[in-house]
Amino acid sequence: MTREQVLDLYFLDARGKLIEIAAFLDRVERATGKEDFRAKAFRKAVRELGGKKPQRAEKVLRVLSDPTTKPIPAATTKAACGAWPRPT
Amino acid sequence: MKYIEPHAHMVSRVTDDYQRMALAGCEAICEPAFWAGFDRSSPAGFYDYFCQLTEHEPKRAAKFGIAHFSWLCINPKEAEDVEFAKDVIALIPQFINRSNVLGIGEIGLNKNSRNEMKVLEMHVDLAARYNQLILVHTPHLEDKLKGTRLILDVMKSDKRIKPERVIIDHVEEHTVKLVLDRGHWAGMTLYPETKCTPARAIDILDTYGHERLWMNSACDWGISDPLAVPKTALEMKRRGHRAAAIERVIFHNPRKFLAQSPKFKLPAA
Repeated sequence: MTREQVLDLYFLDARGKLIEIAAFLDRVERATGKEDFRAKAFRKAVRELGGKKPQRAEKVLRVLSDPTTKPIPAATTKAACGAWPRPT
Repeated sequence: MKYIEPHAHMVSRVTDDYQRMALAGCEAICEPAFWAGFDRSSPAGFYDYFCQLTEHEPKRAAKFGIAHFSWLCINPKEAEDVEFAKDVIALIPQFINRSNVLGIGEIGLNKNSRNEMKVLEMHVDLAARYNQLILVHTPHLEDKLKGTRLILDVMKSDKRIKPERVIIDHVEEHTVKLVLDRGHWAGMTLYPETKCTPARAIDILDTYGHERLWMNSACDWGISDPLAVPKTALEMKRRGHRAAAIERVIFHNPRKFLAQSPKFKLPAA
């Protein structure tokens, strides 16, 4: 596909999602209380979108991933939350 | 356009979905054992579930001319209790020769715990002893990358396992190459919010080619779409993919992997 064809097919959809992200970040900022590791991870992932570097989707996924390599001692929940709570 | 749905949890779907899938060209559905949304209270609950997967569900599918196949296991979400898992795994051999059972799945990891690893290794051993295909679930969201690496190491460490007889499912951009480089098949799951969208799945095809890749809806009791595969086929068409290339991904590729089991036979045309 040409770049123009890709834009014809996906620009409006991506534009809508981009505005949703902007509005989400505004919403988090307007809210009260402390933000947690998810917001920090999100902002770090957003930075991967800038510039002309390729493989942005892969980089965003990696930023949001647990980078450790050993199994955890026990599963205390079944759910995933979408970002890794980096130990402080 | 004919297609195969290689991963769907039809026990959680209404009969209308079978009808819609048949109308969309679905020829076969493969149903891995999974988490019901709650933990079963006893291995007997799994016995009944395995009966449902091997007796009842094929009959529902047959009413719409769709072949139904299943995979058996205790899923990773219920694998933290190793003794419980052992009791469930002990039930599987009595079902393994049933006509629609293709292999062991969807096994794998959920939170990447030590006990989940033990249960994964027990399943892999079972598959090796009974010469079964393996379908692997990779963890969700932040746990996927680590879990995929751990799973790949388990597969590699058991020398009885042939990589081409293992499908690692729910790959995304950060895990697909790891899986393909080890010689396994990779499944892309088309699922709202998590996993892949149709557009991203096609991006992965554009980047890594059509070899050893399939697409599935993994439709279940959550918000999911049983028609995700044909909808993605339509998206491929919009992006200029040729009919033969589309048919390869949605029909010939899954058939090639699944036909490694002699039980995988499609309805006569």
